[in-house]
Amino acid sequence: MTKELTRPLPRTWWLRKAPYFQFMIRELTSLVVFAYALVLIWGLWSAAGTGAFSGLHDFLSSPLSVWLHAVALVLALYHTGTWIALTPKVIVLWRDDEQVDPDFIAGVNAILFLVLSGALLWLVLA
Amino acid sequence: MDVTDPTVLEVFRYLPDAETEPRFQRYEITPQETWVVLDALNHIKAEVDPSLSFRWSCRMGICGSCGMMVNGEPKLTCETFIRDYETETITIEPLTHFPVIRDLVINMADFMEKLPTVSPWLIPEEGKPIEEGEYLQTPAQVAQYQRFSLCINCMLCYSACPVYGLDSSFTGPAALALAERYNIDSRDDGMRQRADVVTAHEGIWECTYVGECTQVCPKGVDPAGAIQMLKLSYALDWARSVILPKGHRS
Repeated sequence: MTKELTRPLPRTWWLRKAPYFQFMIRELTSLVVFAYALVLIWGLWSAAGTGAFSGLHDFLSSPLSVWLHAVALVLALYHTGTWIALTPKVIVLWRDDEQVDPDFIAGVNAILFLVLSGALLWLVLA
Repeated sequence: MDVTDPTVLEVFRYLPDAETEPRFQRYEITPQETWVVLDALNHIKAEVDPSLSFRWSCRMGICGSCGMMVNGEPKLTCETFIRDYETETITIEPLTHFPVIRDLVINMADFMEKLPTVSPWLIPEEGKPIEEGEYLQTPAQVAQYQRFSLCINCMLCYSACPVYGLDSSFTGPAALALAERYNIDSRDDGMRQRADVVTAHEGIWECTYVGECTQVCPKGVDPAGAIQMLKLSYALDWARSVILPKGHRS
């Protein structure tokens, strides 16, 4: 029997194609979402003691924090976009023997996201 | 017959009997307007270099034998027209992520072993005697699974999947899509019988949804979608088994 050739995937495989790169960006943005969840938990934890909460408030008001929030918002929105794009893959609806348009499913999810985000924003700012 | 401009085919060569390392070999050809990549390879084998090895059979996108990397993309070479490439050089390689036996011929044993593990056949809870007739379906019931049933086992999806490339224990797109094809068939009750393989670590949870399997599929099967549907249905089945009292879980 002759020797077979194996060709392991190089570490830079995700630089080979745009969709692979976009996939890696999506995965990395999930870390930002995770990190922001930790910040929120930290905020809830701090709210228990007045002194600790004012320290958190000072940090959140700092220019560095505002910049971090802006970057986190952009990355979280990208991550959300990838989730909404995924929804028609999971939610497959049928009208008799015709599949409901995947764009319609994604569109409804996008509208739901916008409405809920707007409601939340109104609740916080009002 | 129209003739297109001269084209260079950079073809991956691996001749383990004679050479230790793979290499690329240049073939200058003048393809006809109607030629697909497979026609060019057959021309080279017949007229230029009979030592070149590659698989093919039907020439019409049905048998799934002639999958290769064309300019880095997994393609069925029988339906990939040379005229669609604007580059002067076209690179032909064997499908990635599989061991290469010789030139453009890969070893597909891993895929062939995985395919039957998802029990890709109808498993009715209670069979019925032949004299009771067929298992009838409505057009709506057929439509549910039809797109997942069009797989021709060409393995382009495995070549496009970096998860399989990094960890070949992954059951993979085509086999899992076939599991979903039977799970959602109204005549089938085998979802739980397939659970051991489908929900194993090497099964659906290994998929990180890169989505390229769906993009390269020449038959529009959408394995990425099938795997996400499997994740949802098995997660719901698990949730039902935890929440609902016994006797209401099916």
